[in-house]
Amino acid sequence: MKYLSEYRDPELAKKYLEEIKNTVSRPWSIMEVCGGQTHSLVKNGIIEMLPKEVTMIHGPGCPVCVTPLNLIDKAVHLALEKGVILCSFGDMLRVPGSEKSLLEAKAEGADIRILYSPLEAVKIAEDHPEKEVVFFAVGFETTAPANALSVIHAHRKGLKNYSILASHVLVPPAIKAVIDDEESRIDGFLAAGHVCTIMGNSEYHPLSTKYKVPIVVTGFEPLDVLQGILMVIRQLEQSHSEVENQYARIVREEGNVEAQKVIHEVFAIQNQMWRGIGEIPMSGYGVKPKYADFDATKKYEVSIEEAPENPRCISGQIMKGIKKPYECGQFGKRCKPSNPLGAPMVSSEGACAAY
Amino acid sequence: MSEEKKLRMQLQCPMPKLDFDVITLGHGSGGLLTNKLLDSGVFDLLSNPILDARHDGAFIELDGKTAFSTDSFLVSPIFFPGGNIGELAVNGTVNDLAMCGAIPKYLSLSFIIEEGLKVSEFWEVLVAVKFACEKAGVHVVTGDTKVVEKGKGDKIFINTSGIGKVHSKANIAASTIKKGDKIIISGQVATHGMAIMSVREGLEFDSEIESDTTNLNHTILSLLDQFGENIHLLTDPTRGGVATVLKETAQSIKLGIDIFQKDLPIDEQVSSACELLGLDPLYVANEGLFIAFVAKEVAEDFLSELQKDENGTHSKIIGTVTEEHPGQVILESAIGGKRVVSMLPGQQLPRIC
Repeated sequence: MKYLSEYRDPELAKKYLEEIKNTVSRPWSIMEVCGGQTHSLVKNGIIEMLPKEVTMIHGPGCPVCVTPLNLIDKAVHLALEKGVILCSFGDMLRVPGSEKSLLEAKAEGADIRILYSPLEAVKIAEDHPEKEVVFFAVGFETTAPANALSVIHAHRKGLKNYSILASHVLVPPAIKAVIDDEESRIDGFLAAGHVCTIMGNSEYHPLSTKYKVPIVVTGFEPLDVLQGILMVIRQLEQSHSEVENQYARIVREEGNVEAQKVIHEVFAIQNQMWRGIGEIPMSGYGVKPKYADFDATKKYEVSIEEAPENPRCISGQIMKGIKKPYECGQFGKRCKPSNPLGAPMVSSEGACAAY
Repeated sequence: MSEEKKLRMQLQCPMPKLDFDVITLGHGSGGLLTNKLLDSGVFDLLSNPILDARHDGAFIELDGKTAFSTDSFLVSPIFFPGGNIGELAVNGTVNDLAMCGAIPKYLSLSFIIEEGLKVSEFWEVLVAVKFACEKAGVHVVTGDTKVVEKGKGDKIFINTSGIGKVHSKANIAASTIKKGDKIIISGQVATHGMAIMSVREGLEFDSEIESDTTNLNHTILSLLDQFGENIHLLTDPTRGGVATVLKETAQSIKLGIDIFQKDLPIDEQVSSACELLGLDPLYVANEGLFIAFVAKEVAEDFLSELQKDENGTHSKIIGTVTEEHPGQVILESAIGGKRVVSMLPGQQLPRIC
C-alpha cells in the first residue's frame, strides 16, 4: 500500500533496531504519549524487539481511556432518559460507566449510532428535525477541528436539534503533569504525530527546555516509532534535550493553521478532568459561550453525581507510567477486554488492552 | 453480485404477478395469504420431489455417518456488493457441512420477515437462494415463513439447516491435529466483512470491494478425495474472523499456533479500508473462505491443488502448529516482532483516531 508499506519494511526495521542497540549504553524510560503509538508498538511486536535497556511506558494518550466516568454516565443518561440520538466514535461504546456502558444502553433500546465523522451527526440532525442529536465529542487536539466544524456547520444551517457532549483533552499539559508527578521517572517522550499535525510543535519547546527532556514528534508506523525511539535515545546518550520532528512528512512546525482557527472559534481552553489521573489545569477544551446552544452540558440539565471509580483499577498509575499493566493484580484476571474494570482495558489503544 | 449476473437471474426467474406489493402480517398467519405467497412461485422456484410433496416435514433417506448443521442469517443491509442474504444463507450452511467433511444434500429454509418488506425484494432473495442451491447441488426440502410486526425485525432473517453424508475418507476433528501441521488459508481475508461495512448505514465509503460469499463444498470434496485423513481440521472463519477461529482451535487442541503476517493474503483495497476505519483484518468476518490444518507431509501438494481451484487462487500457508506456547496464537508481524492474538471481545469497534 503506497505511503504505508514503505514504513513497514522489515529490513529497515532491522537496521533501526541494530542502530538502537549500538547507541544505547544504559537504561532509559521513554513514554509514547499517544495510544496510537502504543497500539503500533504492541501490534508489531516492537516492545519485545527493543534492547532490554529501553523501557517503553504507555502514556495517557488514549482519549477513550481518559474520558471522565461522569461524562459517560451523562451520555448514557441523555441516550436513555432524554431520548436523544447519541452519536459516538466506535470505541467509546464499550467503556464502562458507573452503572453501564453505552453498548448496554443501546441494548436497552437507546438510539446510539457509531460514526466516523461528526459531520455525519449533523446530517442525522438535519434528516431528523423531530429528534435531538448529540455527538459525543471525545478526543485530543486531533479530533477537535472536525468536532468544532460540526458545531459551525450546525450553526450555519440553523439547526436547533444538534449539540455536542465535549470531552477534549490536550497533550502538552498532560506531558507536564506526568513530568511533575514525583513518582514518575520518564527520560524522554515520543509526542503524538497527529496531534502535532494540527497544533504544530511550538508548545513542546518550552517543556523540553524547562524540564531538559528530549521530545520527538513521532508517527505511527513501525519505522516511525523505531526512528522516534532512536532519536530520543541519541539525545539522551548525548545529554541533550530538544524537540525534534520525526514525522516531518506530515507535521509542520506551525501545524495546520486553518484547523487551529476552527478549534479556537468554537472551543476555549479550560481545566479538565482526566479519568484515572484527576484534574489537570488548562488541559481541555470546552465549548465557548457563543455556541452554548450547541453544548449538550448546557442544553440539558443533567446533574449526575460523581461516581467513584472501581477501586481495584489502577489506571492512573498505569497512564502515568508508574506501573506496567501486568503489574496490576486484576490484569487478565478480573479485568479483561471482554470485561474491563477501567478504561485502559477497553480501547485497543488503551495501555492495558494493548497487551 | 455483478449487475449482469443479477439481470440474468431475474430474466430466468421473472417475478410472478401478485395482487400485493409488500408483505404484511397476514402472510405469515398460515392461512390464505401464506398460501398465496408460497404458491406465487416459492414452491415453483425451489421445486424438487421432496419439497413438492408439501407435507409438514420432509422424508429423506440417509445411511452412514451424517453431518447436520444450522445457522441463522441477519445481515444488514440484506443486499450488499457481491450478493444478498439469500445466497449467504445457503452458502453458510453448505460450508458448515463441508467443514465437517460432509457432502451437503438437503436444506431447510425458514424466513422471519418484517412486515413491509417489498415482495420484489423477497423475490430477489429467493432467486438468490435458488441459484446458490443449484450451484452447491443441494435441495431445499422443508421450510417455514413467519412475519413479525414492523420494528421487530430487520427486513428479513433467514435460518437454514442442512444435512449431508460425510465423505468416506474424511476424519475431520481438532483432536487429529499434530505438531508440525501446516495451516492453510483458502483466500484473501476480510473481504466479505469490508464489503458489508462499505454499505452499512453511517459508515458508507466508496469502494469496489465485493463479498466473496460462495459455496466451498465442491472444492472441499475434491481435496478430501485426494488428501483424505491428512486433512485434520477444516473451519470457516466467519464471524470473529481468522484470529478468533485460530485462538479457539489453539485452546481446544492444547497446542500452540504460529502465524506470519507477511503470508496473510489480503486484497489491497480491503487492506486500505481496514487501515482507514481502524479495523484489524484478522477480526473481520469472512465468507467463502476456509482454513485447513493439514499434515506437513502433504501441505505443499494440498496448496498447489487448492491454488488450481477457483476458490483457492489466493490460498497460502499462513502458519504452523507448535508444541510451544500451548493454547496461544502468536503472530509474527511484518517487521518480525511477535504478539499474542486473542479472541474478539464482543464487537470490533472502530477506533477514534
